[in-house]
Amino acid sequence: MPGTHRLARGVAVVGAGMSAFGAFAQKSSRDLFVEAFKELRVSIDKGLDPGVIESLFVGNFSSELFEHQGHTAPHLADAIGLTPRAATRVEDACASGGVALRQGVMAIASGLADVVLVGGAERMTRLPTAEVTDTLATAGDTLFETPAGFTFPGFYAAMATAYMHQYGMKPEHLMHVAIKNHNNGAVNPKAQFGQTIADWMQGRIESARKKGKPVPAWGDVMDFLHDEAANPSIAWPLRLFDCSPITDGAACLLLVAAERAGEFTDHPLHLIGSGQASDAPLHDRASLTGLRAAQAAAHEAYGMAGVGPADVRIAEVHDCFTIAEVIATEDLGFFAPGTGFGMAEDGVTARDGAKPINTSGGLKSKGHPVGASGVAQGVEVWKQLRGEAGARQVPGDVSLALTHNVGGTGNTAVVHIFERRN
Amino acid sequence: MSDRPFTAAAFDQFLSEGKLMASRCTSCGAVHLPPRAICPTCFGETLTWIETTGRGALAAYTAIAIGPAAMQAAGYTRENPYVSGLVTLEEGPTISALILGVDARHPESIRIGQPLVAGYEPIGGRTVLAFRPVGT
Repeated sequence: MPGTHRLARGVAVVGAGMSAFGAFAQKSSRDLFVEAFKELRVSIDKGLDPGVIESLFVGNFSSELFEHQGHTAPHLADAIGLTPRAATRVEDACASGGVALRQGVMAIASGLADVVLVGGAERMTRLPTAEVTDTLATAGDTLFETPAGFTFPGFYAAMATAYMHQYGMKPEHLMHVAIKNHNNGAVNPKAQFGQTIADWMQGRIESARKKGKPVPAWGDVMDFLHDEAANPSIAWPLRLFDCSPITDGAACLLLVAAERAGEFTDHPLHLIGSGQASDAPLHDRASLTGLRAAQAAAHEAYGMAGVGPADVRIAEVHDCFTIAEVIATEDLGFFAPGTGFGMAEDGVTARDGAKPINTSGGLKSKGHPVGASGVAQGVEVWKQLRGEAGARQVPGDVSLALTHNVGGTGNTAVVHIFERRN
Repeated sequence: MSDRPFTAAAFDQFLSEGKLMASRCTSCGAVHLPPRAICPTCFGETLTWIETTGRGALAAYTAIAIGPAAMQAAGYTRENPYVSGLVTLEEGPTISALILGVDARHPESIRIGQPLVAGYEPIGGRTVLAFRPVGT
C-alpha cells in the first residue's frame, strides 16, 4: 500500500499560467491551452526557451464528446510547437489535471526527464447543457448508477443528505460555502463568475428596475439564495449556487528537476508530496460522508512530505459542489469529521481566516473546465506562495499549500503539497 | 442456482424477471450488489448467485430536477422531479436505485432509514430497479 514512498529526486515548479475561465464560443481547447502557455512563459523569472521542455502530460476528460476531437495531447503539443516531444493525455474524469501533474512529478523523480510541461484543458460550452450533463455522467458507473437516474449534482446531493442526517448540517451551511468562494472569485480576474453573490443579487435587482419589472424583495443574500426563482433546485438539497458551472479553460505548470530550478527562477516551489487513490461507486462504500480515496491520497501525500494538516497554510480543494468542499476539508484532516460544515459561516475558511480554502474562488466561482481544474489549482498555489495573488493574497507567511482534486464521486482523488523555501 | 455469468447484462436480465440478484463469494461469504466476478474482499473467483429479499432501508437520496436524457424522456421535469437514492439491503450491501412512491416535490419529507422494498420499473426501454416504501 502507498504511504511510505519518497520521490527519488526533488521536483520543483518554476512557472505557471492559465487562460481566462468562462464560456468562449470562438475558442477551442487548443486556443485556451496556447493562452495558458503564453502566460506560463511570462511567469518564469529568468525566461523560458520552450525548446528545453522534454515532454508534456495533459489532463483532459472528454474532448471526444465535448469537441469531437480525440487524441488531444499531440494536438496541444503541436499548438505550442513542442512536437516531436512525447505528449501524453491523462484521463481520470475531473481529476485528470491533478493526475497529469502527478505523472509529470513521476517523470522527473524517475530521472526520465528534467523539464516537463503539465497542462489541462477542457472546452465544455460547445454542447447544450443537457448533453454536458450526460457527458459528465459518464464519469459515474453507467451500468449500475446511471439507470437509477443519478446525475453528478444528484450524487453529491445524496452525499449531502447522508451528511445532514449524520451531523445535523442544514442547506444554509452550504450557502455560506458558495458565498465565501464567490467572495474570492470576485477578486480573481480569471474567474468565470468574478462577482460576489451580493453583487449578483444587486445586478438582478437593477436589471428588473431597468426593465420596469417587479423588483424582487430580497432583504439579503440569504433571502436571494432561498428564492427558488433566483436559486432553483438542481438536485435537492443542492441548488444552482451549490454547483460549479460549465466552463471552457486551460492551465499549465512547468516542472523541473529541483537541482535545475535555479536556471529558471530563484523562487521555485518544491513539490514535496503527491498522493493518489481510487474507489468504487458510492453504493459500494462504507461511508457516504467522506471520500476514502481522498483520505488515502492525503495520507500518502502527507507521509511523503513529512507534514500534517496543521502545517498546511492554504488549500485549493475540489468544490465541484458546496458539499464537496465541506467533505474535502474533513478528508484532508483540517477539521474533524462532522465539524467542517460550519467553517465557511464562521469565517475559518475565508482568506483572512485560520485555514483559507479556495482563495481562487474554487471550482464554484472560478469555473470548472474539468480536465484543467487540477492544474489550475496549482496555478493559484504558485501565485499565493510567491506573494503574487494581488487583491486575494492571503496575509502573513504563506509557505505551504495543498491541492486536492477529485474525479467522479471520489472514484479518483489526487493530492499535492507545495512548499516555498525562499 | 443460476449459471449465468456475473455481468451487468445478467443482472439486468434478472431484474426483467422481477428478481434482485446478488453474488456471494463461496470462499469468504461476502455478498456483493451489484454482482461481481471477482470478490473485492478476498479476491476469490468462485461465486454464486443469490436472490435477495428486496427489503432494505434508505441510506441517502436526492430529488433531481434536471435529469439525464433517459429520465427526461420518461416524463421527469423540473415540475415533476424524481428521487434517486442508495438503499441498504437486509443482506448488507447497498445499491443505487430509483425511489418511487415518495414525495419528490417535498424531499425534506423523505426519511433516511425508511424501510423500502424493491420493485421494477420500465424506463427508457429497459427494466430498472426502483424501490418503494413498504406497504405502498
